[in-house]
Amino acid sequence: MTASKKIYFYPTWLRIWHGINALGIIILIVTGISMQNIESTFIGFNSAVSLHNIAGVIVTIGYFIFFIANIVTSNGKFYIVKPKGFIKRPLKQAIYYIWGMFHKMKAPYPLSEKRKFNPLQKYFYIIVMYLAVPAVIISGIALLFPEIIIENVYNLSGIFVTAIFHSALGFFISVFLLIHVYVATIGKSPLENFKSIVSGWHHV
Amino acid sequence: MKFRFLLISIFFYCLLWSSSAQSYQDAANHACLKCHSNQTFTFHNELMDSEDRRLMNPFYILDTVALVAGVHNQFDCLDCHSYDYETYPHAANLKLEPLGTCLDCHGGDDSFASYQFEKILEETEKSIHSQICGEKFTCEKCHSQHTYATTARTSNNVMDIVEYSNNMCLSCHNDMTKFQLVSGEQNAQLVQVHDWLPNQELHFKHVRCIECHTNVVDDLMVSHNILGKEQAVKNCVECHKANSRLKSSLYKYQNLQSRSDDGTFNAVLSNQSYVIGTHQSPLLKLLSIIIFIATFGGVVVHSIFRIFKK
Repeated sequence: MTASKKIYFYPTWLRIWHGINALGIIILIVTGISMQNIESTFIGFNSAVSLHNIAGVIVTIGYFIFFIANIVTSNGKFYIVKPKGFIKRPLKQAIYYIWGMFHKMKAPYPLSEKRKFNPLQKYFYIIVMYLAVPAVIISGIALLFPEIIIENVYNLSGIFVTAIFHSALGFFISVFLLIHVYVATIGKSPLENFKSIVSGWHHV
Repeated sequence: MKFRFLLISIFFYCLLWSSSAQSYQDAANHACLKCHSNQTFTFHNELMDSEDRRLMNPFYILDTVALVAGVHNQFDCLDCHSYDYETYPHAANLKLEPLGTCLDCHGGDDSFASYQFEKILEETEKSIHSQICGEKFTCEKCHSQHTYATTARTSNNVMDIVEYSNNMCLSCHNDMTKFQLVSGEQNAQLVQVHDWLPNQELHFKHVRCIECHTNVVDDLMVSHNILGKEQAVKNCVECHKANSRLKSSLYKYQNLQSRSDDGTFNAVLSNQSYVIGTHQSPLLKLLSIIIFIATFGGVVVHSIFRIFKK
């Protein structure tokens, strides 16, 4: 085996943002679940609500930094999807995860300077970072300022619908986090990718 | 200049006049209340040249304590009623005088914007009352313009709010005479109609009628679309399951209240109001458990394969 090539994938701003965001999201998930199960809160109901609000604001600010940085820096180009092979490419990657990797096949889309994410990963990140997170932020802000919510959605209370939407999205993001952390263990060694997001350097 | 002087003098005259008219406190010397706050009244009979004492029509006796506490205590009787009432006996055709409606003063005025009078009117027009009685069902059928107080906004005691609110309903629905005046029918028998409701007395004391008899709106203050018994809430679970019905309107109320007490950004963050019950949807709960177990199962199976199929 030749000496592995290193690529500087994660610039400092991204690693700081990722760290804060990770911590924030974990706090949001823990406090969010605590609020749902009123009987068994770790930190007490009222502090769970306050902590959830504070973490929500921090993640929101972080999101804006992430969003702007992706426009300003070259990092944004990794999120661009080409119409060619729109379904075929992520499917190929999924088959690799389910079948290929256990049959000594090579990864269909090896990472390089031009490709930071494999196609499947890219799709998931786009859905989470450009759909789910903005939606959860907007509904979260609405719940902080309930006077801006439409009063009735058909026959249901607008606040109630917003709250359901917000927690359903929160749940979706929790499931994403589980998958995200697990897939991160699929590297050269299980801990390799975790080292990369701290140091910035990725071994190809 | 002369015109401005005239305006100013009119203003001060009005001020002086209104302050002198402010005599609800002293009912015995108030031109109207000296009769209209008592069971009997005395007047000089010019034909017979005698002092006569008569019984006051009980419906025209005003509760002076409530009058002083009411929102309109700044106004004198004649601000709304005809000046001709100053003479006694009152002329018969005064009964026909058109009185101002609430919206005549409160409508389209920014200073009353927070009360949302237009929205209230809109909601009221959808209500069962308007469907049955049409335009005859005016605001004052529930909110006496003489004694109305903004209890729901000012009181800190929920029991007071409930009692005040329910008394508005009961003033007709528990009163044969007033009920007939509006509906033309015999009294709706409240106790019998609510026979199905367990702990009826407790409910009547602690829950506003409108909690079940209005459409849910997130704003606590504008529940004016009163529903008939067919559409009213009759399902215990709708309230007794930490669900939206009471909680969402109270959520907004509590949220705004705590923010108005402490206007800083901190108040937004430390706000402890929470929409309870969003996890109570059994379908969503089941679905989330299934999705979570499936994902977790997938991860476990995948890692087992990774360990053994390397």
